[in-house]
Amino acid sequence: MPETYLSPLWISLRTVLATTVITFFLGIAAARWMARYRGKCKTLIDGIFILPLVLPPTVVGFGLLIFFGRHGPMGQFLALFDTTVVFSWPATVIAAVVMSFPLMYMTSRGAFEQVEPNIEDAARTLGANEWKVFWSVTFPLAWPGVAAATVLSLARSLGEFGATLMLAGNIPGKTATIPVAIYFAIQAGDYNKALVLVAIVLIISFSAIAAMAYWKGRQFLSKSIVNKPQNFE
Amino acid sequence: MKKIMSKTKILVSLSLLLVWVSLISLMGCSSTTASTTSAVVTTTKAAVTTQAPASTAATSTVPSATTTAVKTTTPPMPTTTTTAAAAVELNISAAASLTEALTELNALYVKNNSNVTLTPNFAGSGTLQKQIEQGSPADIFISAGASQMDTLAGENLIITSSRKNLLNNSLVLIVPSDSTLGLTSFTDLTRDDVKQIAIGDPASVPAGKYAQQAFDALGITDKLTSKYVMGADVKAVLSYVESGNVQAGLVYLTDAKASTKVKIVATAAPEINAKIVYPVAVVAATKVSDAAVAYENFLFSSDAKSIFEKWGFTVVSQ
Repeated sequence: MPETYLSPLWISLRTVLATTVITFFLGIAAARWMARYRGKCKTLIDGIFILPLVLPPTVVGFGLLIFFGRHGPMGQFLALFDTTVVFSWPATVIAAVVMSFPLMYMTSRGAFEQVEPNIEDAARTLGANEWKVFWSVTFPLAWPGVAAATVLSLARSLGEFGATLMLAGNIPGKTATIPVAIYFAIQAGDYNKALVLVAIVLIISFSAIAAMAYWKGRQFLSKSIVNKPQNFE
Repeated sequence: MKKIMSKTKILVSLSLLLVWVSLISLMGCSSTTASTTSAVVTTTKAAVTTQAPASTAATSTVPSATTTAVKTTTPPMPTTTTTAAAAVELNISAAASLTEALTELNALYVKNNSNVTLTPNFAGSGTLQKQIEQGSPADIFISAGASQMDTLAGENLIITSSRKNLLNNSLVLIVPSDSTLGLTSFTDLTRDDVKQIAIGDPASVPAGKYAQQAFDALGITDKLTSKYVMGADVKAVLSYVESGNVQAGLVYLTDAKASTKVKIVATAAPEINAKIVYPVAVVAATKVSDAAVAYENFLFSSDAKSIFEKWGFTVVSQ
């Protein structure tokens, strides 16, 4: 019997972990690029990046299904390698990455934009290359914002339902994440199973919020130390 | 400056959203309720226009007002007998597999009973059962399985005397029409090159339950459970197969017949198909039981029978 609860939990945890890692790097790369990008298409690219946040998840799921489906462009490309994405575990990750990316991107871009460009320039005059400037100066200064972005996108991927159900379907033991399992449990009138799964989600979500609050408290301390040089400029 | 920038960003995102939405609507999603509602509108319009000359004679200031305006200014005319009965709205909760047949039937019913507005709600039978238990508006319930109806009867949520078996259906194995696997029977599903099979979630979708019973009877359930992709209703299973994202699926004959993108390769054993009964009943909470019973009787009429048979159902002889 615990199998019915543990299996969605295990799938959700794996999905959330993989999603957070992918979204973290994708989001930071996009945010760092757009924070300093001054080209013509800034608003357009910005809009495309944020679009999944404003669209209903079902619309995103439908788009992904068309794109990755058997007759879609990506589906046909993958068919060359005899692989399919639809109704498989990677599909839960793809759906969650697409849905959580805007939160990671938006929040961490804000954090990067807050970093004083003079400090980065100072590092450059001291001979640091762009890579070093980013990881030793920009990233640590923006870290509280980036951490908040990571927690937000983690929470978003844990709660992802609409796009996941459309792209990954409900395969018990493979793609049935906690939200999907809750939906089907309620459909089947199994309120006890739904309640147990809801309790699990509540515990995870609450610990994430608590961890963020704790982290933030610590970050305020370290941030005030890091930011001190700024006050003397 | 920054604020203006963010405003334009929002505008751009919104316009992109609009483009996206219009693209999808262009791809043509025909709504099933459109035909019935338009039928209702035209009948009320007709009723109003027959009364219109009299009212315009009395109040000449409304030559071409909207229908509602005409309606309000029209005094009760004893000579016009077009609106014999009071307007009634019937909420019909019907199994998803009845979508096409019932949409056609409803259009016919509304044509003959202009005072009735039909609001169909198509979903998995288990979902509908839950909705009725939670008190959602429903006057008639047509289930794709006896168990949902039994549950509601046990909770006194349906009028037991109104319960009748309406239809028979059969369970079929379908594959995408461009399938090259060459499946010919249920037991072929155990082959290794069949990776994924779509069935309705057996816990809430009768078609899924029947599928599992069919597999049980053949003794192949153990080899198949790892291949299941579970749909929330039988239409979801059909669309999984239509899109080619799964290699095979189990749906009702009627669903398979309504689609051009799938082909039927096998039919379940007669003893399984014998269980596939669609009971109909009037919901106990209805406030319009007369209209509900009238509609139920219509479902057993010979007109309805021919439409049901057109979509592949067998009507249970009373």
